Amino acid sequence: MSAVPMTQELRGGRRLRDRFGDRLLLIVTSAAGLGAVVLIGFIAYKVIRGAHLALSTFGLPFVWHTAWDTNKNVFGAAPGLYGTAVTSLIALLIATPLALGIALFLSELAPRSLRLVVGSLVETLAAIPSVVLGLWGILVLGPFLADHVEPWLHNSFGFLPIFSGTPQSSGIFVAGVILAIMVVPIVASVCRELFLSVPPELEEGALALGATRWEMVRGVVLSSSRPGIGAAVILGLGRALGEAIAVTQVIGAGWFIRSSLFAPGDTLASRIAGQYQGAVSKLQIASLFYLAAILLVIGLLTNLLAQIVVKRFAFQRTGGS
Amino acid sequence: MSQGVTMPPMRPVDVAVRQETESQTHETVFDIQGLQAGYGSNVAIKGVDLEIYRNVITAVIGPSGCGKSTFIRCLNRMNDEVPSFRHEGTILYHGVDLYGDGVEPVEVRRRIGMVFQKANPFPKTIYDNVAWAPRVLGLKKDLDERVEKALQSAALWDEVKDRLKRSALSLSGGQQQRLCIARAIAIEPEVLLLDEPASALDPIATQRIEELMQSLKQDYTIVIVTHNMQQAARVADRTAFFSIDSDEDGRYGVLVEYDETPKIFTAPSDRRTEDYVTGRFG
Repeated sequence: MSAVPMTQELRGGRRLRDRFGDRLLLIVTSAAGLGAVVLIGFIAYKVIRGAHLALSTFGLPFVWHTAWDTNKNVFGAAPGLYGTAVTSLIALLIATPLALGIALFLSELAPRSLRLVVGSLVETLAAIPSVVLGLWGILVLGPFLADHVEPWLHNSFGFLPIFSGTPQSSGIFVAGVILAIMVVPIVASVCRELFLSVPPELEEGALALGATRWEMVRGVVLSSSRPGIGAAVILGLGRALGEAIAVTQVIGAGWFIRSSLFAPGDTLASRIAGQYQGAVSKLQIASLFYLAAILLVIGLLTNLLAQIVVKRFAFQRTGGS
Repeated sequence: MSQGVTMPPMRPVDVAVRQETESQTHETVFDIQGLQAGYGSNVAIKGVDLEIYRNVITAVIGPSGCGKSTFIRCLNRMNDEVPSFRHEGTILYHGVDLYGDGVEPVEVRRRIGMVFQKANPFPKTIYDNVAWAPRVLGLKKDLDERVEKALQSAALWDEVKDRLKRSALSLSGGQQQRLCIARAIAIEPEVLLLDEPASALDPIATQRIEELMQSLKQDYTIVIVTHNMQQAARVADRTAFFSIDSDEDGRYGVLVEYDETPKIFTAPSDRRTEDYVTGRFG
């Protein structure tokens, strides 16, 4: 009954054609894998080479200098770093609770029929091109925030420097809200998968102890997914840090650090996107590349952080103490 | 379900000699009348009438698919978690209809604890596994003593007292199951429902769980579902035998016989029970 005749030689029994498939698979897949590594290296090399002039002119102090003067040819990254940090922070502060709510609803509470509809709608949100979202930001979201939300924040919490100043339809705050909208689907869908992967036996165990649904969610679902939620938020952060187009459309382009969130500003990405076409000097282009290099480093670090968190998470779930 | 192989009739399972069980004098905890339960259009059990007595171990045995688990999950409303669950008939718990208006499943489960087939400790420390439910229910006073008492009752204290802060997942399967029992009794329920608690355990761990049940009997009313007849014969005072029947509703479980354990295993009054306990069926 054996498929291979017993008389067949152990050596060289399979034909070359069978081996060829294995070889081809190895070659194609390793080429693809290597290709990704080479591409990252190539991009990093190009960016750093492009930034060379700025690197040699300004050195590391570029990172904390605030000027961006095309007449005097002095450039610094600080306002962009500030803008990037603040818009991303606003985005995460808004998006995280929203995304967790959506994920919990979709994984634990919604009736089965609703899960599919709402779930795919949330994913559709991620599919909206950022240019379109930015346009909507200019036409709808910006004016709405300036007319209703920002005045309310100003009146209620105006004593805080971040809510001082006059409401505007484009600025750091509007950019943060746009980013939040872009971050929500990523965080929500990762968290939903996370919550669905909580073993049903654990949820049953909690309910069998007389816990309410909320107590079960808090004590079992959320607590056993905490590091995973962290990783999801970092993934969202990665998205927020690098987004250029939509932010450029609503942030109002201003290279300065203001305490008011309503004021215009710039992120690293929005400055690159906004100025590259109209750059007037070699040093300005090099400085834009320098910004890109900083963004690249931040992006890689964020990704690394997410991976570390996920590793620790996997370890925790499989029983390390 | 018949296996097509005729097995020689087994010697009736050894039954420990017991004193006259006093179940007649025992208070009724559950009074189940005309229970029918199922999921969607499927009927899982039908026409079940049964009384379960206080501080007695009641075993539920029967072949796979006879609705043992569905039955036991009706007793603490765990089936409510399945959206398509349907039931008819009444389950009186101390005279109160468990499925009556205004009865909160949460309150039901608070009084009627459950341990599952697969040990399901939370991915927390040993201490936190036991302390979780008391904390949630606001029983925070003397929490350390409560945890220790529960672990002692579950015969686990001596093995874990030096590593309460270690992850519960570092315990062996049998220890994890006893931890789940400790977790259930930490909130002092009246009833413990055990759904095949030892089916995934080795014989030694199984023996420890069975010994544990005997000691828990003084304080708790225990209902155990098991597919292991010897286990039922060893631990239970009363045994309910479920079997599969069929009619236009499809195949469903029915309660065939319910009596003192020795009687079920040595002098069953129904032919189907006899076939099952002597190994001719199932």
